[in-house]
Amino acid sequence: MAQYLMSVLNESAVATEEEQAAIDVFNERLQADGHWVFAAGLASPGAATVVDGRDAEPVFTDGPYLESKEHIIGFWIIEAPHLDVALRLAAAGSKSCNRRVELRPILGE
Amino acid sequence: MTHVDEVITRVHREEWARVVATLARRLGDLDVAEEMAAEAFATAVERWPAEGVPPNPGAWLTTTAHRKAIDRLRREVRREEKHREALMLSGTPEPLGVVDDDRLRLVFTCCHPALAMEARIALTLRMVGGLTVPEIARAFLVEETAMGQRITRAKAKIKAARIPYGVPFREDLPARVTGVLTVLYLIFNEGYLASDPGREPVRGDLTAEAIRLTRLVRALLPADGEAAGLLALMLLTEARRAARVSASGELVALGEQDRGAWDRELIAEGHALVRARLASGEAPGRYQILAAINAVHTDARDVRDTDWSQVVALYDHLVRLDPSPIVRLNRAIAVAEIDGPQVALAQVDALPLEGYHAFHATRADLLRRLGRSAESRAAYDRAIAQAANTAEAAYLVRRRDQLAGP
Repeated sequence: MAQYLMSVLNESAVATEEEQAAIDVFNERLQADGHWVFAAGLASPGAATVVDGRDAEPVFTDGPYLESKEHIIGFWIIEAPHLDVALRLAAAGSKSCNRRVELRPILGE
Repeated sequence: MTHVDEVITRVHREEWARVVATLARRLGDLDVAEEMAAEAFATAVERWPAEGVPPNPGAWLTTTAHRKAIDRLRREVRREEKHREALMLSGTPEPLGVVDDDRLRLVFTCCHPALAMEARIALTLRMVGGLTVPEIARAFLVEETAMGQRITRAKAKIKAARIPYGVPFREDLPARVTGVLTVLYLIFNEGYLASDPGREPVRGDLTAEAIRLTRLVRALLPADGEAAGLLALMLLTEARRAARVSASGELVALGEQDRGAWDRELIAEGHALVRARLASGEAPGRYQILAAINAVHTDARDVRDTDWSQVVALYDHLVRLDPSPIVRLNRAIAVAEIDGPQVALAQVDALPLEGYHAFHATRADLLRRLGRSAESRAAYDRAIAQAANTAEAAYLVRRRDQLAGP
C-alpha cells in the first residue's frame, strides 16, 4: 500500500453547504473502503507563520512561505495500492469538493 | 550484413517488447527490465556469431536478462542488506510466452495518462518499440541528453507515483485504450507530416514503427474496433507515401497523385480491415470512420471516380462524434466536389481556424476555383506562412505562383 497526499486547490474560498455535504459523503466512502488516513481543511495563508529554528534563536516571519494566488485550502491523505486507484479517488474527491486537487505520492519506506 | 546480424536485428524487432514486459512483471521494475534486456541483447551480439543462434532466441534472451537481473539485485542486496528485493526473486522463471499480455501491461504503463504526452511517446518507442534513446532523440529532433532525461524522469515517476504495471480497470479501459491509440497516431503523424521544417517531409522510419506498434496493440486487443480502425487508417495512408512527395520534394495533393505508385498490398490489407469492421455491425469510432474515408479514396483508380457523396456521408457521421472545426473543414473539402466551391467556401469561412495553415490552404484553393485570384493569393500567403512542413510549403508556393495576375 502506498499513501498519497491529495491537496485541494483554492478555486474558490469557502466550501458551500452543498460542497460540504458532498465532501462528507466522500469521506464516509473513503473510510468504509479503507482508503482513509487523514483529512483537514486549512486556514487562509494569511494566518501562516514561517519559522526558521535552525539557528540559536528561532526567527518568525508573518505570512506564507510562497506568496501566490494559488494555494492549498485543504488536503486528504489516502491509502491506495497504486496510482490507478489513487487517481479514481482523486477524481471523486475533486468532484465532491468542486475543486481541482493535486495528487502526490508520499515517500514510502 | 551477416546472417547472424540479420537474425539479431529481426529478433530484436520481434522479441524486445516481450523480453522487457516479462522482466518488468517478474522484477516489478521497468528501469531494471529495460537495462537488463539491453544487456541481454548485447550479450547475444557477442556470443551468437561464435556459438550460433539458440533454438528459441526469445526464451534465451529472457533467461539471460533475468539471470543478469538476479546477479545485479544480489549484489545490491549484499551491499544494502535489503531483503525486499530478495523476496521478489523467489520462484523459478516462467517459460516464455505463458502470459502473453505482459506486453499489453507494458503498453498501458507507457501510455499512462498521468505521464506527459511527450513522455508517453518516448517511453512507448523505447520500451515497446525497442528504439534506442539516440534513435528517438533523432526522430523528434531533441538533444540526446534531453531525450534521455525525459525517459528517465518518466520512469522515475512511474516508480514514485506507483503507476501500476497492469491492465486498467474495466470502467477505465475505453478511455485508456483511446489514450494508447492517440500515442500511436501521434507517432504516425509525426512521421507522415513531420512538423519540423529542418527534416525530410515524410519519415518512413516513424510511420513504419507506428504501424508495427499498432499491429501489436491490435493483436493484443483483438476485440477493439478502434485499434483495427487505426491500423487500417495507417495502412491506407502509408500506401500513398511514395506518391505523396514529388521528386523535387513537393507535396502532391491527393487528386494529383500517381495512383499507380500506391502500394496495392497495403491498400488490400486496409480495405479488408475496413470491410471487417463494417461487417461487425458495431457503431464505428473516429479511427474507423477515418479509415473508411481513406478506403473510399483508395478505391478510386482515378480521382474522378471518387465517390464524394460517400465521403461526405462519412464526414457527417464523424461530425456527430467530433464536431470540431477541423473535421468540418475536411467535410467542406468533400462538399466542394459535390455542391461546388461557392457552397464549400461559405462553410469554410464560418470556421474559427485562423491559426491553422490547412484552413488558409483550403480557402486559397476554393477562391482559386472561383476565379477570385487576389483573395486566393492572400490566402496562399497566409497558408505558406503557417505551414511547418517543407514539402507542403513548396506545394503551396507553386500553387500561388500559378495564379493568374491580380
